[in-house]
Amino acid sequence: MPSFRTLAERLDAINEFDREPVSEDRLQGPGSFIGLYAGEHVAGTEFVIGPLFVAHGVAAADLFLGLLVGNLLAVLSWAFICAPIATRTRLNLYWKLRKIAGPNLLFLYNIVNALMFCFLAGAMISVAATAVGIPFDMAMPQLSDLYPNSAGWVVTVLLVGAVVTVLAILGFEKIAHFSKVASPWMFLVFVACGVAVLPQLGVHTIGDFWQVASEKIWTGVPMEGRVKFTFWHVTFFAWFCNMAMHIGMADMTILRYARKWTYGFASAFGMYLGHYIAWIASGILVALALQIGHEVAPGPIAYLGAGLAGLVAVLIAGWTTANPTIYRAGLAMQTITPNWKRWKVTLAVGVITTVAALFPALMMRLLDFVALYGLLLMPMGAVIFADFWLLPKLGLRQDYAEWKQLLFSWPAALAWFVTLGACLLLNLAGGVEIFFLGLPGWFIAVALYVGLSLLQQRRAAATAAVTTAPSPEPALGERP
Amino acid sequence: MKALLYVISFLGLALTVVPAFLVFAGAIPWETHATLMFAGTVAWFVTAPFWMHTGSPDAPANPAP
Repeated sequence: MPSFRTLAERLDAINEFDREPVSEDRLQGPGSFIGLYAGEHVAGTEFVIGPLFVAHGVAAADLFLGLLVGNLLAVLSWAFICAPIATRTRLNLYWKLRKIAGPNLLFLYNIVNALMFCFLAGAMISVAATAVGIPFDMAMPQLSDLYPNSAGWVVTVLLVGAVVTVLAILGFEKIAHFSKVASPWMFLVFVACGVAVLPQLGVHTIGDFWQVASEKIWTGVPMEGRVKFTFWHVTFFAWFCNMAMHIGMADMTILRYARKWTYGFASAFGMYLGHYIAWIASGILVALALQIGHEVAPGPIAYLGAGLAGLVAVLIAGWTTANPTIYRAGLAMQTITPNWKRWKVTLAVGVITTVAALFPALMMRLLDFVALYGLLLMPMGAVIFADFWLLPKLGLRQDYAEWKQLLFSWPAALAWFVTLGACLLLNLAGGVEIFFLGLPGWFIAVALYVGLSLLQQRRAAATAAVTTAPSPEPALGERP
Repeated sequence: MKALLYVISFLGLALTVVPAFLVFAGAIPWETHATLMFAGTVAWFVTAPFWMHTGSPDAPANPAP
């Protein structure tokens, strides 16, 4: 059985080029972040999330206002919570968390993260498969489908999964470049799809739009088996669908390159282009599909809006999102299999991802999955926030695991696990839906981490004072 | 040469989005829009990779929903 020390060394080896703070000469201007956020959030998932709002019976006013407020809250979370810590430490999430939580807890975090990445990439392979299957007259999964619905679906997903995996093995960087080239075009495809089908829904002038939007698109009536979404559902979903990235602090990896913390506001380009305009456009498409009895999967609805270009967009959107996700998952998984070559790890991740993609549930229940994904990782972001801002104010030491050379920080671990337990309790006993758990969860995690750190550091200081009376441990908050 | 690539790329983007508004205005049928959009797609992907600067923070973006 590998020792904990070995696990730590493996993690460090993978991140060996990232352990130093970013140097001054490598800092970037605001343009890089605008492009990066705009590209990252106009992706394959947008073809699924917009239609799911329609399926959940969101009313038009609730959608437009909820997205406006929710996306604003997301931008503020990036700007005021993630970016200031990223630009002050210049470290990525990995190294910051390592200092706070210790390498072994970080190992566990990495594994959870990798599994979530696999499922997210799986959803993207499903999305791409709905475009590939159209020329072969494949039976498309419906909004209510959870399991593979035909042999054609299984074969198509396996084929797409194989191609995505092989391309991820052959060259992540080339595909990342291609993905950036596709970004501006992809956004315009969403706009064009939405605008081109409006006349078929009865919108012939701009003045017609609101009436049609309220009566035919976002009608306020959910589909059978779906919970009705209100303004609050839309707001909280828009705020927390990237919870792992902003209050979960994963975007420290990106924002540590920002010259100023205010570049966190660049996330507005991703939110309002991708999570506003693209979601509205894909909602319009699915409303038309439902009205004319057309299939509602991403491929068919994109074809409805833009023909062949729409199919290309779904394929590229799914593929370019799945690719970096498989790459990231492979990096995390490599900690378990240090003797494997990178291609073997990527292959293993690709197999897990492709098997997950066989289940349309991942795509058709994407809202729930995205909420769960963020919630699982968010508590560690709260731990970083509390460690950075609150512990020094209480006279406690930051980065305690690093200072004490601890392999596992129990305050951080308990803050993570107990928060998730409390969220589960709120969900099961209190009936609080998963979309709303992030907010109380964040405060619970902060309070737990601060309280437990106080306990840990006070106890350690008291023990040190008793056992080494002539040369006591340095006072709390003081570096040795 | 680079200027020509720019022109073709931006023409490609224009062909991707402008025909949709012409459909909305009732000026062209949906089928023409789909054909022009595909032509714009080809024009963009054939030319943009040769000039487009994709430099950004060194770390790859986080996979985000």
